[in-house]
Amino acid sequence: MTTTTHEDHNEEDHHDHKPQGFLNRWVYSTNHKDIGTLYLVFALLMFFIGGAMAMIIRAELFMPGMQLVQPEFFNQMTTVHALVMVFGAVMPAFVGFANWMIPLMIGAPDMALPRMNNWSFWILPFAFTMLVSTLFMDGGAPAGGWTLYPPLVLQTGDSFIFAMFAIHMLGISSIMGAINVIATILNMRAPGMTLLRMPLFVWTWLITAFLLIAVMPVLAGAVTMLITDRFFLTSFFNAAGGGDPVLFQHIFWFFGHPEVYIMILPAFGIISEIIPTFARKPLFGYTSMVYATASIAFLSFIVWAHHMFTVGMPLGAEIYFMLATMMISIPTGVKVFNWIATMWRGSMTFETPMLFALGFVVLFTIGGFSGLMLAIVPADFQYHDTYFVVAHFHYVLVTGSVFALMAGTYYWLPKWTGHMYNERLGKWHFWLSVVFVNVLFFPQHYLGLAGMPRRIPDYSPQFADFNMLSSIGGFAFGLTQLMFVYIVWKCARGGETATAQVWEGAKGLEWTVPSPAPFHTFETPPKIDDSVVAHGDHM
Amino acid sequence: MKKENTLLVGLAMTAAITVVTYAILVAPGFLTDSGLNMTEGVTNSSKAVYDLHMIILWICIVIGILVFAAMFTSIFLHRKSRGAVAAKFTHSTKAEIIWTTIPILILVVMAVPSTITLIELEDNSNPDIIIKITGYQWKWKYDYIDEDISFYSSLKADSNAARLTGSNIDPTTVDNYLLDVDNRIVIPIGKKIGFLITADDVIHSWWVPALGWKQDAVPGFINQAWTRVNEVGVYRGQCAELCGRGHGFMPIVLEAKSEEDYATWLVEQKSALAVTQAETQRIWSKTELMAKGEAVYAQQCAGCHQTDGQGLAPAFPAMAGNPVTNGSISKHIDIVMNGSEGTAMQAFSKTLTDAEIAAALTYTRNAFGNQTGDLIQPATIAKHNNG
Repeated sequence: MTTTTHEDHNEEDHHDHKPQGFLNRWVYSTNHKDIGTLYLVFALLMFFIGGAMAMIIRAELFMPGMQLVQPEFFNQMTTVHALVMVFGAVMPAFVGFANWMIPLMIGAPDMALPRMNNWSFWILPFAFTMLVSTLFMDGGAPAGGWTLYPPLVLQTGDSFIFAMFAIHMLGISSIMGAINVIATILNMRAPGMTLLRMPLFVWTWLITAFLLIAVMPVLAGAVTMLITDRFFLTSFFNAAGGGDPVLFQHIFWFFGHPEVYIMILPAFGIISEIIPTFARKPLFGYTSMVYATASIAFLSFIVWAHHMFTVGMPLGAEIYFMLATMMISIPTGVKVFNWIATMWRGSMTFETPMLFALGFVVLFTIGGFSGLMLAIVPADFQYHDTYFVVAHFHYVLVTGSVFALMAGTYYWLPKWTGHMYNERLGKWHFWLSVVFVNVLFFPQHYLGLAGMPRRIPDYSPQFADFNMLSSIGGFAFGLTQLMFVYIVWKCARGGETATAQVWEGAKGLEWTVPSPAPFHTFETPPKIDDSVVAHGDHM
Repeated sequence: MKKENTLLVGLAMTAAITVVTYAILVAPGFLTDSGLNMTEGVTNSSKAVYDLHMIILWICIVIGILVFAAMFTSIFLHRKSRGAVAAKFTHSTKAEIIWTTIPILILVVMAVPSTITLIELEDNSNPDIIIKITGYQWKWKYDYIDEDISFYSSLKADSNAARLTGSNIDPTTVDNYLLDVDNRIVIPIGKKIGFLITADDVIHSWWVPALGWKQDAVPGFINQAWTRVNEVGVYRGQCAELCGRGHGFMPIVLEAKSEEDYATWLVEQKSALAVTQAETQRIWSKTELMAKGEAVYAQQCAGCHQTDGQGLAPAFPAMAGNPVTNGSISKHIDIVMNGSEGTAMQAFSKTLTDAEIAAALTYTRNAFGNQTGDLIQPATIAKHNNG
């Protein structure tokens, strides 16, 4: 694989040097591209495992009455679905993107800490084997919700400690991944790649990594206190022993709110790469995008209690958390306006990545609106813990994070595989997804407003119509995602050869290396000038 | 691109998106039985909450239509296939200041009424009547603090039978399926009712949408809330915080009566209390115990141990041929009264009357093929309780 960037190297470097044999290539891998692939494949597998659980949930809720499962098993499904999707699908998928793209975008030969990179991935399959194995234990998997509120979570059977230990391992993996991202971005940038020349995806990941390092230990602390309450008779959260069950909620959401931004900031980054490419116009307001991301990250630390307005807080705290939460809509609004301004007077084409990115902008904004509504405390007294909330966070997580992941996959897939995916099928995948995801989640707004609590296995017949509609949308959306696997699989196996540039309007260092990106890239740092930098023209 | 052209397309897009928004938000109302919107409720507070909800919803709708209209105008006009050539601009400080300032102003406009309503909602001072609400897995208990009235409220038996997996009972044939209880909480209209809300085991949340709020019930802590209902009526709600297996099956039914009817109800409750006490003292016949026991079993036990007494392996043991239901009476009483550590079996001593426990025990020892012949009297349970 002789390439222009490799011309100056000696004879040995003309080969990929991929290690031979499965064990050497994948299990012992220290290569950022291979580890990125591992993360992405793992995340896709988890997406389908979590998705299968969602199908069971929607099947039971298809009509009133309990037809398929016991309420206890239903609760296990909602709990494990959330844990798998959050920690198994969305977070690892973004880490996969970080691994693949950050070194390519900043002109680094690899991640700064390759062996730790290997370890942080290989913890995941073990952690999730343990978590999913709890489904087969006596008494079943944890059923107290992914938020793990005591005292309910302490009623979990034998599986309790396995789930808690799995969460500890996921935390360790995330922290190591975050350290690696920070070390790479701060130390490994090619000369000339100043911080304010970095692509926005790199910026959002840098900020996300700091969020991860700040909050994963907080979750670990909360989980450890649960473990000691259960096994060593401490009373952190046990009122009878002088503890406070609400304390757990404060600690959990001090982790949990930044966590939701951990799942959306890199998505903002991906969208900010894709829209300029297909609008053939530089990103509007690059600097304000960076500041907006940083402001959102900062605000994420001081709004946690808006997840618990009904828990019985003092009036002053409720007013403060309401106002602080409303403020988040300002930097988030700046982002949406800047994306539209990027499109304005561009020269747009609508390949699959762009379609998913546009879907993201519209549907994430709808999720943002319902988020703003939820911030209004008196209204939240009605919305809280209803399907309105379920609709809200699925709009920001599925049509937000997951759509961005789909967009990013289509965008960089030719770079990863060296082949173009099937554009026709990709468009079908988008249009079916965007229709059915709305059939799935939009009616849930109505269910919540009409008074249906979340996490119930059965409901009053007055909620029947919208639940059936939502289930139909769910099954169709689930089936549609099989297309995604097929398209990615076909693209990996072959197809039209991709150029280095891939997209007409693409800018940035990753497009200067050939497609597929060779096993080693940027062994000598590239020369950075404004013509190859995605946002160079802002200076 | 000509300016007029942009304006024209912009207006067309605004109109189109407004139509789509209407179709999504309003049209489904003609196709379904369910409500599409939050209830206005029956109190001044719930009305205020509804108004806030509508203001913020309208703000979001208007912003949404404008933003999406701008976006789709661009998608329509600025496409390569129409020969659009990309402009070069990268930022505009003026535009950015405008679209930061306007949202701030909107938020301030929104924050003021929200805060005022919130302050009113949190004013728990000077209630006329105080009711303590306690959440249990999976029922509610209501204590009328000044009236010496106290009772439990659980899912009604017909709903409870229909909701079992594989019951084959059509939920639409059950009145108020999953939203009906055996004992309603009753309040008078026009009075300020103060609620003290807590829980006995895990966190629950007490929610009647018509009152306009929900409040978590946290074990070890007492939360306050209040309401003043304006209209006579029956208002239904549910537990809103995941509390385990029965979370979907602990509804709330609140009945608001006129002041006279409420006074009558109080008298009835007090005389019923006296009857319950008398029931504990007298000797029951086997027929009486078996009949009552069957009813109590269906209401309290069948959810786990199943109507046919065959249980559900592995968590819920069968009653038929069970060593406890066929063995020592005092051990059987102990397990039912105090629960069984490390299993799902809960303690019933606080939630059932002595007569109910005696009847349920007698029934399980003489049904499903169990033939102990034992009769357990309410007095025995009372003695066990005190001893």
